[in-house]
Amino acid sequence: MTDAELRDLSSATQARVDHLVVAEMVTPGARVLDVGCGDGALLSLLVRMRQVDGRGIELSREGVATCVSHGHAVIQGDADTDLGDYPDDCFDFVILSQTLQATRNPRRVIEQMLRIGHHAIVSFPNFGHWGVRSSLFFKGRMPVTANLRHAWYDTPNIHFCTIRDFVALVEEIPATMEKAVALNAAGERIGFNAPWWLWNLLGEQAVFLIKRV
Amino acid sequence: MARKSRQAAGSAHSQAESPDSAVIRFDMDRPLQLESGQFLAPLQVAYNTYGTLNAARSNAILICHALTGDQHVANVHPVTGKPGWWEIMIGPGRLMDTNRYFVICANVLGACMGTTGPSSINPATGRPFGLDFPVITIGDMVNAQAMLIEHLGIDKLLSVVGGSMGGMQVLDWAARYPERVFSAMPIATGAKHSAQNIAFDEVGRQAVMADPDWRGGRYIEEGTRPEKGLAVARMAAHITYLSEQALQRKFGRALQDRDSRTFSFDADFQVESYLRHQGSSFVERFDANSYLYLTRAMNYFDMAADHGGRLANAFAGSKTRFCVISFTSDWLFPTSDSRAIVHALNAAGAPVSFVEIESDKGHDAFLLDEPALFATMRGFLEAAAAARGV
Repeated sequence: MTDAELRDLSSATQARVDHLVVAEMVTPGARVLDVGCGDGALLSLLVRMRQVDGRGIELSREGVATCVSHGHAVIQGDADTDLGDYPDDCFDFVILSQTLQATRNPRRVIEQMLRIGHHAIVSFPNFGHWGVRSSLFFKGRMPVTANLRHAWYDTPNIHFCTIRDFVALVEEIPATMEKAVALNAAGERIGFNAPWWLWNLLGEQAVFLIKRV
Repeated sequence: MARKSRQAAGSAHSQAESPDSAVIRFDMDRPLQLESGQFLAPLQVAYNTYGTLNAARSNAILICHALTGDQHVANVHPVTGKPGWWEIMIGPGRLMDTNRYFVICANVLGACMGTTGPSSINPATGRPFGLDFPVITIGDMVNAQAMLIEHLGIDKLLSVVGGSMGGMQVLDWAARYPERVFSAMPIATGAKHSAQNIAFDEVGRQAVMADPDWRGGRYIEEGTRPEKGLAVARMAAHITYLSEQALQRKFGRALQDRDSRTFSFDADFQVESYLRHQGSSFVERFDANSYLYLTRAMNYFDMAADHGGRLANAFAGSKTRFCVISFTSDWLFPTSDSRAIVHALNAAGAPVSFVEIESDKGHDAFLLDEPALFATMRGFLEAAAAARGV
């Protein structure tokens, strides 16, 4: 999809651009686990666009109840503790959408995702974005933006990272980077040929497709 | 008091032979093979239905009742005169809308409200079975229900739903007849009985058997009733259905109709009076031998052991959608029991949802008006109905 197509699809389906980017990475009919699936919006999109066999894990009971009422199979649970219950290789894709920064042990979570799925998709707000940097640099304050809405003292987001940090973690685990997409504030993808430092500066959100080495 | 309960006892016993509900009899040519290897025939199954089976026969929901429940799930109870035990959930416009769904509930095998059990007449002797009734299992209860469902002409149940011992039947249904169960809701239950659960049941059984009126299980012929023993069994069990917080909130150390301690063994405390009432009202509607048999069936339940030691094997290849529900303060079937089920269903690749509901009301929360329970069940059932085209 081109950026224009992505934008049109987003406004036509009311789907978030980052969700559409994730959906583009998932193969049709795949078995998918969405870790931290919230109200099931991404699962619904994946069922609609990719006809996946979708499952979810969600911390809040209200979120699970909403997902269940939409026909999704979702377990009330915790990404940090409950991924260990799944057997090896039981999913084609394990997705962690905008949840990485809220996990207690992000590395362990990603390793578990790579164990139970053939591929892992991780999306997160980029703490290396120029807006974040300028908030710290010029105001000396922790950033509060559209993507990072919580004040530092009551945020569920305890493990922020930048695109560069994530790339380093993928190398350290080690895992294979299959695809990476950075979205700027307008929800447009940053040119694939752009260097990491530019992605890290301009990307407000990032979506990575990785797999076991 | 003695006279009153004697009358009630007569009423409860008449329910065993000719219940105030629909009945299906399977004759000697359709014996039920029990897991013990024995055969049971003839077999009577008493059941109630609510709503209408649609033309596609796709809107049937089977409710499985708990240890001391019965088929009177959504109608006035013929012995106690009280509303059905899940009447808040079943009826026109309710969670299980009887304008839309066909709801079935059968008295379980071994019970005392019209399905064959130890107080039924043994055709071989012409006397009540008593302890000559074969020891039955959860699987036997499910097989008896399956005969009823087949008789009703239903190939696939939209949902099988139940809490506690009913939840065990739900799990067994899904494992035994996966192609006949579109969706399943096991609530406040486990895939096996814990040592603690077996221990509590053994206290109850010993209380029944220690009552001189039990007469080795032949009390019906001898015209006695082990009311004291059964009441003690119920009192002990009832504590396990509540939680410490619920007991504290409801009773604390409050005294019953008195200002100070009486320095006697009267029911000084409200909690004592409450438990005594639970015991005495229970014996009016329940059969002591049924209590022995049904608790035994629960004790024997261990799905993993029946499937090569691995619970996931019980659900291998299952397409049934599951919604597992537990309650935070349930210590009889704690959330860890439900999580073990979820873990196994995940390992088997079955579509499973799971919710742990915050409640301080203990195990019995599944019988109460818990909004979070209702919201989850309603959402799951509606999604299942939509997928099934109901």
